[in-house]
Amino acid sequence: MEKLINTFAELSSCCTRTGKTIWQAAQEREADQNDMTIEDFRNIVKKNLTAMKEAIQNGLNSNEMSMSGLCGNDCSKLIERYKNERSLLGKTFERITTYALATSEENIRMGKIVACPTAGSCGIVPAVIIGVSDELNLDEEALINALITAGEVGRIVSNKVALAGAVAGCQAECGVASAMSAAALTQMRGGTIDEILNAMALAIKNLLGLTCDPVCGLVEVPCVKRNPFLAIHAVTASELALSGITSKIPPDEVIDALEQTGKLMSPTLKESSQAGLAKTRTAIDLEKRLLK
Amino acid sequence: MKQSSLLDIISPVMVGPSSSHTAGAVRLGLLARNIYNEKPSKVTFKLYNSYALTGKGHGTDKGVLAGLLGLSVDDTRIKDIFNLDISKQFEYEFEYLEDFNRHPNAVDFIIEGKHSMKISGDSIGAGEVVIRKINDFTVKCTGKYNTLLLVYKDVPNMISRVTNSIHVNIASLHCDRYAKGEDASMCVCLDGDIDKKVIDFLGLIEDVYMIRYIKKLES
Ligand code: SF4
Repeated sequence: MEKLINTFAELSSCCTRTGKTIWQAAQEREADQNDMTIEDFRNIVKKNLTAMKEAIQNGLNSNEMSMSGLCGNDCSKLIERYKNERSLLGKTFERITTYALATSEENIRMGKIVACPTAGSCGIVPAVIIGVSDELNLDEEALINALITAGEVGRIVSNKVALAGAVAGCQAECGVASAMSAAALTQMRGGTIDEILNAMALAIKNLLGLTCDPVCGLVEVPCVKRNPFLAIHAVTASELALSGITSKIPPDEVIDALEQTGKLMSPTLKESSQAGLAKTRTAIDLEKRLLK
Repeated sequence: MKQSSLLDIISPVMVGPSSSHTAGAVRLGLLARNIYNEKPSKVTFKLYNSYALTGKGHGTDKGVLAGLLGLSVDDTRIKDIFNLDISKQFEYEFEYLEDFNRHPNAVDFIIEGKHSMKISGDSIGAGEVVIRKINDFTVKCTGKYNTLLLVYKDVPNMISRVTNSIHVNIASLHCDRYAKGEDASMCVCLDGDIDKKVIDFLGLIEDVYMIRYIKKLES
């Protein structure tokens, strides 16, 4: 069994050589490394999946505002609209956008969520994985496989770039969540290892440079609404990859670009709320009102 | 390269809204609770920098208190902790400070009771935390390992006496001292679990002033 997989090239060659899927190789390695059975490992993943489903349900049923009062009632607006007017892009689009918003809003009202990879980006992976499961007719085991795939992709990125807005901007939080979702979705739809990794790369490539400039320093604006956007972004990446479109820059090099971009990004745009949206006139007014 | 786990990427299950400001705060509280290991009568929470500035909006104040009371990061009671009976066990207050020599997300727990203790820690990102100081000793306690913590007089052979009594693998060992022959501290991170008997035995060693066994945090 493969012990150390630190790059996408290694992951790809391991899967090709052994004939295993990403989730199969990953669950074997994880079980071994954590001294547990594969079943134990899958049970932990299942527990997190269940928490994701609960967060969606709780979020869909709540209207409560966050402590700052800035966010909390947008998901209900979306649900209301879809009741009267179907989305142009169909039911799955509706599910993904509402699930992402529901989870994100649950987060900012101090509800229970799963940080995936972070709390600010917690709505993206669950919305995509769970949102498409009805349409694709997938059972729980398939969702667990998808979540393992997402986690493995995120892990490999995190070997190079810390998944934190303060270190590399939002490209490393919501951006990576979107890439994880793109990979998981492509796997759920029967994509090959190359297609899965291309979906990941395409998603990240189109989010390079995404800044982290939260208003009042709170994980609310722009974070909450960014979740439905980047969940859909993942679907686009997956569609493209499944058609055989490839990223001209290979996955590992895209991550190199992510790392470099994160380093070059001004510290004022990395969670310090010293520029961007956080220093707009309205944001400064809000700051005076909320933080004093 | 250290082998990472994908479980770190798809967890923790936590109450929001921020892994560093909410979950990290709870975890720091939990570690402080285990280090103090007694019932406090009064606690002052000093929140620094970003923890002070955006702490309220992120529930950092609720988090450190909830952790100190033993609630885990996914406990939905955290949100209402100030109104719950469990938070009436001791007096507490918050101070909000700015200090650029400290980490952006730093907290001091000033705990009064039968003994007084000052515990300082940082939330270093993605919910990961480090307790860096107990009173004036540098330690390094992350909650990722079962950790044995000792404060003792700096005398020869102390390290070997401790390590000889432990029969599980040692993941890391960190020592610090004021000066030669003065007070010293040892922080031993373990891959497994040790028996209470071993801890009691180590506590009997002459020149050991304080010993704590801090269990790995569950989430
Ligand atoms: S904008 Fe910053 S705080 Fe908000 S989700 Fe993105 S990285 Fe996290």
